[in-house]
Amino acid sequence: MKANPKDVLTGTYYIDGDVACGYGALAAGCKFVAGYPITPSTEAFEAMCRRGPQVGAVFIQMEDELGSMAAVIGAAWSGVKSMTITSGPGYSLMQENIGFGAMVETPFVLLNIQRGGPSTGVPTKTGQADMMQSRWGSHGDYEIIAIAPESPQEMFDYAIKAFNLAEKYRCPVMIMSDECVGHMTEKVVIPEADKIEVEPRRLFKGPAAEYAPYKPDPDLVPKMAKAGDGLKLYITGLVHDERGYPVKNEDYKAAYVRRLIDKIKRNKDKIIEIREEAVDDADVVVVSYGISSRVAIKGVEIARENGIKVGTLRLVTVWPFPDERITELARKVKAFVVPEINYGQIVFDVARCSHGHANVVLVPHGGAGVHNPNDIADAIEYAAKEKKKIQGVVEHKTRLEKLVFEGGYKLKE
Amino acid sequence: MSEIRFAGYGGQGIIRSGIIAGKAASIYDNKHATMSQSFGPEARGGACSSQLVVSDSKVLYPYITVADILVAMSQEGYDKFEPELSENGMLLMDEDLVKPKPPRGTMKVYPIPATRFAEQLGNKIVANVVMLGFFTAVADVVTYDAMKKAIPSSVPEKAVDLNLKAFDRGYEYGKELLQK
Repeated sequence: MKANPKDVLTGTYYIDGDVACGYGALAAGCKFVAGYPITPSTEAFEAMCRRGPQVGAVFIQMEDELGSMAAVIGAAWSGVKSMTITSGPGYSLMQENIGFGAMVETPFVLLNIQRGGPSTGVPTKTGQADMMQSRWGSHGDYEIIAIAPESPQEMFDYAIKAFNLAEKYRCPVMIMSDECVGHMTEKVVIPEADKIEVEPRRLFKGPAAEYAPYKPDPDLVPKMAKAGDGLKLYITGLVHDERGYPVKNEDYKAAYVRRLIDKIKRNKDKIIEIREEAVDDADVVVVSYGISSRVAIKGVEIARENGIKVGTLRLVTVWPFPDERITELARKVKAFVVPEINYGQIVFDVARCSHGHANVVLVPHGGAGVHNPNDIADAIEYAAKEKKKIQGVVEHKTRLEKLVFEGGYKLKE
Repeated sequence: MSEIRFAGYGGQGIIRSGIIAGKAASIYDNKHATMSQSFGPEARGGACSSQLVVSDSKVLYPYITVADILVAMSQEGYDKFEPELSENGMLLMDEDLVKPKPPRGTMKVYPIPATRFAEQLGNKIVANVVMLGFFTAVADVVTYDAMKKAIPSSVPEKAVDLNLKAFDRGYEYGKELLQK
């Protein structure tokens, strides 16, 4: 179905990524936001608060992030599209209820504007060190979807996609952005509402007696009901049967949790979005996501000037991971180069899927800034020239890392 | 490609300057313009700067590597960002607020009493827009027409006339200076 014209601020704007994401969420039909404002995500919350009352959306500043996440799940079960917005320590505090949301198959969107960590870290500067937390942050087995936009325009576009995926697969969707993109101001074009496709809630329409909130359709996703509409709802984090009643049985546990995972895994070809450029005759492929994929192209341009055949693969969706495509490329290329603003997260999934066919080189960055494109270019040159097959991940020593090591881990003002 | 740093203190409209120039370049001149901001924890008075990268193609690296233009509205901002300014770059400064060192290389210095002009116009709050007019006249980054279109949607409605006047004051001063 098409977006409601009332929800869409059609026009051309010069706004930052945070604000663009807020406008995107409202265009997707988001009607409830609960959160505890935190730098560098606050502008998204502010933008939605300002615009929200005009489109009938409710905003609550909660007592903390635990309550925020719980309120978002409650709102989703009342029938509205809902989201929360956070960063850094706030994301850690939300983890328990993210798992609850996945367990009771609740559609919601979480915007994480990643900042430099760990702990309070560097609140006003960038990082990409929550990527594994987005996948594994809550306890137990479950699957989520994560998207990494690289510009304010994409923050708008992918906010809509995030809501659509959440509704389609009844699962949490993370927008894993970062401070650089969140606080970056660029031109954003918001189209007419009839150009925006939005996924409606997958609601049960049959006789009330036949409804079971966790009875899957053939694509493994069950239909939802609105609390208060008279259908029986039993929502618990305990392993439950199709009606929602707790069960302790081993078979049930296997069947239920397996379905939570497989509803994403079996549909992953429809979910995964990657963008490739010049990979066909490449010796080296740079695998990156979010702001790093943008900066990486600068490094790729430098390496190409030096005669190296290098292609790029951008993970627009980071989770689920494109295992098969990475394995396929690993058989053709000499090496992968993975720049990320952390000390190694997604690079290990690239190595896992490479199965030793291609070398895997990490270009680390400790956060509070983005890569120097020359470091990425150097890593590409090294990867193209290295003749040995190297087990595991090779860590490229960047200019910044050399300073750290030569300085004996001393801090420089 | 042009890399521009606007520097001053919180409350002077330094980030707003980056937004107006970026909006003019990207929406009305159809270029690519990426603006990033940085500021201290203080709401007013703290060091504050914005960086703007304007290019004919997509801006890949969003931050300044070597600045082509430094627009300095405070001594602290000048002191902090002068070292990143290219030897062939341009320094635009409020001459009452910044005492510069002798320029390096072929660097060009363009002084303007922007805050004084703004006070003469009735409110020193528009000093940044006087400076933007000056910037438009002396630096070949954004067009006059694009800036005039970008200002009305970037300032409070009741202050549009004052801002447009401030812009023209800076622009004309810049044109006169270039003719000298």
